Amino acid sequence: MGTSAPAFRELGYWLFRYRRTWRGSIVISVANPLFFLTALGLGLGKLVDRDGALHGESYLRFILPGMLVAAVMQTAFLEAAGPVLQSVRQRGNYRAAAATPLSPEDILYGHLMFWALRAVQNAVLFTGVSVVFGAVDPARAPLLVPIALLVAVAFATPAAAWSVTVTRPSQISAVFRFAVLPLYMFSGTFFPVEQLPSWLRPLAWATPLWHGVDLGRAVALGTATPFRVLVHVGYLTAMAVAGLLVARRNYRRTLHV
Amino acid sequence: MTAGPVPILAEGLTKTYGGFTAVDGIDLEVRRGEAFGVLGANGAGKSSTMRMIACVSPVTAGSLRILGRDSATDGAAIRARLGVVPQDDTIDGELTVRENLLIYGRYFGLSWKVLRERSARLLEFARLEDKAGDAVGTLSGGMRRRLTIARALINEPEIVLLDEPTTGLDPQARHLLWERLHRLKQDGVTLLLTTHYMDEAEQLCDRLVVMDAGRIVASGTPAELIARHTSREVLELKFAADERQVMIDKCRGLAERMEELPYRLLLYTDDGEETLAAVNARGVRPRTALIRRSTLEDVFLTLTGRSLVD
Repeated sequence: MGTSAPAFRELGYWLFRYRRTWRGSIVISVANPLFFLTALGLGLGKLVDRDGALHGESYLRFILPGMLVAAVMQTAFLEAAGPVLQSVRQRGNYRAAAATPLSPEDILYGHLMFWALRAVQNAVLFTGVSVVFGAVDPARAPLLVPIALLVAVAFATPAAAWSVTVTRPSQISAVFRFAVLPLYMFSGTFFPVEQLPSWLRPLAWATPLWHGVDLGRAVALGTATPFRVLVHVGYLTAMAVAGLLVARRNYRRTLHV
Repeated sequence: MTAGPVPILAEGLTKTYGGFTAVDGIDLEVRRGEAFGVLGANGAGKSSTMRMIACVSPVTAGSLRILGRDSATDGAAIRARLGVVPQDDTIDGELTVRENLLIYGRYFGLSWKVLRERSARLLEFARLEDKAGDAVGTLSGGMRRRLTIARALINEPEIVLLDEPTTGLDPQARHLLWERLHRLKQDGVTLLLTTHYMDEAEQLCDRLVVMDAGRIVASGTPAELIARHTSREVLELKFAADERQVMIDKCRGLAERMEELPYRLLLYTDDGEETLAAVNARGVRPRTALIRRSTLEDVFLTLTGRSLVD
């Protein structure tokens, strides 16, 4: 292999680094759904299923898509925020790459490809475990993978756009604690948004994670309507594109000062 | 070397950040195969100049051509032929020494086969053969610098840019680095380096410019600059603190030029012995007196009125 498109060289850098940690990351990707499915599906689910609030669906099947989408969001944020900050500042690998023929946009696209690959890897393992548990219909399970990919990109691009301008790691942990984790709780991951008080529901509907969760759930349970899919996909795509545009601008401003 | 386009040609090169002018319309011409130095104190505009030449910082005004190409439109093609040694290390501490060379080489689209061969050669050049498989974290400051230089050579660049290459290194590490840079020059590589060490500039540079507040205040070979901007010799006097001011006042008028530094008094003269005799005749009793030849440090003092390293 001689020359390759510049963005693929940045992807190559991240894959090269990933060789050292891939085993651990796969263990996490498998253990994560195992724990959640056991605790929430089998433990908590037994309790929830008694009162029939989920219209005949088991709690396990209800939360599975939400868990997957929320886990993918979390991974996308964590891999796009901290590593981007490190790449600009301490480790400086972005600055090193900027001195080569790569443009700031190449660096962004290459790193984005890595996040996308990781999201697909995560989603495949997660749904695989879920199928074994009987938590998702094996015929619909593969559809969750592209949904997870869309959610990952929608969260990774704004996270990268912001992180490339950040100067202190504490800012990233603050956003994780006060923005990402609350999303987890209030976006219908664990319970239908309809359970929230009516004044809080529009807020939940506005969150990007809810669109991902509801899309995943509708597809996994076979309740999707074309309109619903269109709204969710449109929202997440708009977020991914907006994030990408701002990230492009911020990468250039940071790396070509 | 065969005649090709001028390696670096800048005219009216300017860089502003918001309202601050870091580089104020400088002209530069670096010739093929020479070692060219940019001298200046911190904040003189050296690093901004280097970043523009490295094509990672857009030019605000003026023109900049590198290897015959326009930096504004051909950045990627130019960067492919440059080697960059930045002031702060951007070595990946989680990878080994050899892996750092390999993965950086991939950015230039080089094949693994070529990279394995080149990295072996460069590890030898940087005297890091024994460290090839070690984590970068175990390297000394001098070794890290040599690794950064080796990494900058992975694409066999025609120009190598070095931003303060020996800052923070001990004398032995500096000498080894200078010796490696000399070897590079012998191989025909054009070197452009910034420094605030005068001995480094005299050791390495064929020609240099002195920058102050974003402008070039002098240019030429080290010998030309010394001949043009300062006297042949310098008499350096040190006094006891309590009689310092009295002694300095007594010395006035004894030399072409006098420079008061915090711990010493410099008298610029063409004959140091004669001036020292005159100083003694006036009853001045310095604690120590030293006659030496003028250096680039004196050129810098004369031109900017302050010393390089505060």
